[in-house]
Amino acid sequence: MEIINDTTERKTGRRCQNGCNLDIAGIRTDFPILTRKINGHDLIYFDSAATTQKPQSVIDAITEYYSLHNANVHRGIHTLSDEATTAYENTRRKIAAFINCDYEEVIYTRNATEALNTIAFSYGRKNVKPGDRIVITQMEHHANHVPWLVLAKEIGAELVYIPIASDGYLDLSHIHDIIDRRTRIVSVTHMSNVLGTINPIAEIAALAHKVGAIMVVDGAQSVPHLPVNVQELDADFMAFSAHKMLGPTGLGVLYGKRELLQAMPPFEFGGEMIRKVTFEDVTWNDLPHKFEAGTPHIAGAYAFGAALDYLNTLGMTNIRAHEIELTRYTLEKLAELDFIKVFGPTDANHRGGAVTFNDVNIHPHDLSTFLDTRGIAVRAGHHCAQPLHRLLGTVATTRASFHVYNTKTEVDIFIEALKESQRYFGYA
Amino acid sequence: MHDELDQLYRDVIMEHYKFPRGNKDISDADLANMGQNPACGDEIEVKLKLDGDRVKKVSVSCLGCAISVASGSMLAEVIEGKTLAEVKQIARIVKALLKGEDIPADINVGELGDIEVLKGVRKFPVRIKCALLSWTTLVDAIDSFEAGKTTEIGVSTTDDGVSYHDHDHTHMGT
Repeated sequence: MEIINDTTERKTGRRCQNGCNLDIAGIRTDFPILTRKINGHDLIYFDSAATTQKPQSVIDAITEYYSLHNANVHRGIHTLSDEATTAYENTRRKIAAFINCDYEEVIYTRNATEALNTIAFSYGRKNVKPGDRIVITQMEHHANHVPWLVLAKEIGAELVYIPIASDGYLDLSHIHDIIDRRTRIVSVTHMSNVLGTINPIAEIAALAHKVGAIMVVDGAQSVPHLPVNVQELDADFMAFSAHKMLGPTGLGVLYGKRELLQAMPPFEFGGEMIRKVTFEDVTWNDLPHKFEAGTPHIAGAYAFGAALDYLNTLGMTNIRAHEIELTRYTLEKLAELDFIKVFGPTDANHRGGAVTFNDVNIHPHDLSTFLDTRGIAVRAGHHCAQPLHRLLGTVATTRASFHVYNTKTEVDIFIEALKESQRYFGYA
Repeated sequence: MHDELDQLYRDVIMEHYKFPRGNKDISDADLANMGQNPACGDEIEVKLKLDGDRVKKVSVSCLGCAISVASGSMLAEVIEGKTLAEVKQIARIVKALLKGEDIPADINVGELGDIEVLKGVRKFPVRIKCALLSWTTLVDAIDSFEAGKTTEIGVSTTDDGVSYHDHDHTHMGT
């Protein structure tokens, strides 16, 4: 069942142009989409914060699963069902090892959004009372904002925001007034999908725990790019998506501390999640199955296992080092362009590889269309963070975001295209 | 691709973008509406001052890309002096033009200001919403007005509100 990766030697044998321990040129050959021409140019994929590209091993795993192992899980005693179940549960073990938790603490969801909704509507409804406080930040993605907004309105609880300072970091100067005795839940993004800011989760978790609140972490942008250890963060819950970390779409993870998950009512009901049903009553299955009603995305879990193997082979520390250098280089090059304003922290060591900026002359849509004709894929819009954009004084921005397969050469081409766009639209 | 890009960003479009028409606010508008593109956050406000059922003055204020601003500017230019029925007809023509649908033979698009250049947007399907934003916002405003509603500002989205073949409105959730 293991995905054999015979390219380990090649990937770690040579050094990349950034001085990290990865052979980026070799890694790029694992991603078939990178050979595509877009509008006559080599694809430069700078939209990994939206979703990453997939290595061949992950693509093959989808085919392999359906060609060789397809059956429903936890249902049959026949060979295929056993293989499918083993594959599905093996990936759960890999996920647990990846973030350093126990196997039972890993719940499969559709995506990070569903994981966050599950916490809000299952844990939240049970534990938040009228007059209680839920604390989030001003830099949250809608997925870690709207469920809390709806919950707070429904319960009559107060939703309070940790503000952002002008340098793109959280302003923690009044944090003791914000996370007060009434607080039940603190939910913070580990890494902002707009500003790139990496937030001090362990520090905020300590404050939350001091007042008896739980700490929820939106890991959608951090888990794919950094070594993340839920024990070190002391996170009570964490959410992330497979498709942002080289895996398939349609699969996400809800991590929760065992005792919290045990006390939490199920969010959805059906097959798989029950232990015993009579005409009168029902008892829930054990963790993690209690939260996995119905037939799950088995092929997705199988392929996600291949993605985790791939990431582990490269090493998350190496991936982070590569992205720090790429981000540092990009920020430096963008700073040389007087028509570009970059948002978020300027120190690449304290931020991820999602670089959001505005062109003072050209609207993000127009810029994005222009870059697309050069084969460069960036994201234009509000990145599902409308309140943050209001705070930044704009309705839309452009974002270039990276993963391990991106290079400084691509950044150079991108920078030249930005310069060319000024000439094209008549601003230079 | 460069040719197609040139068709999208024709000089006419860029000229409208840089110097949009109808950007003077109307204080005594008879109907008004706010439009939003939920996918990107672009915002537009359209206001009309009427003389009977004719458009006397138009104001369009758009926070958006070159395509949405230019389309709104063309709207302001072309609908002044037209009846509300004519305005809705023009909106249907614009949509047909953008989607590459048939336009009735008796209509001469060339007579409708600069809107013919909007057909360059066709090659960029994701940008059609940008070009439609001002028109859907306007048609929603007229429909509300005709249904006897007040000039209260509603919020429209770019979803297909002005189909040439289908007059029904469907609002995308915001």
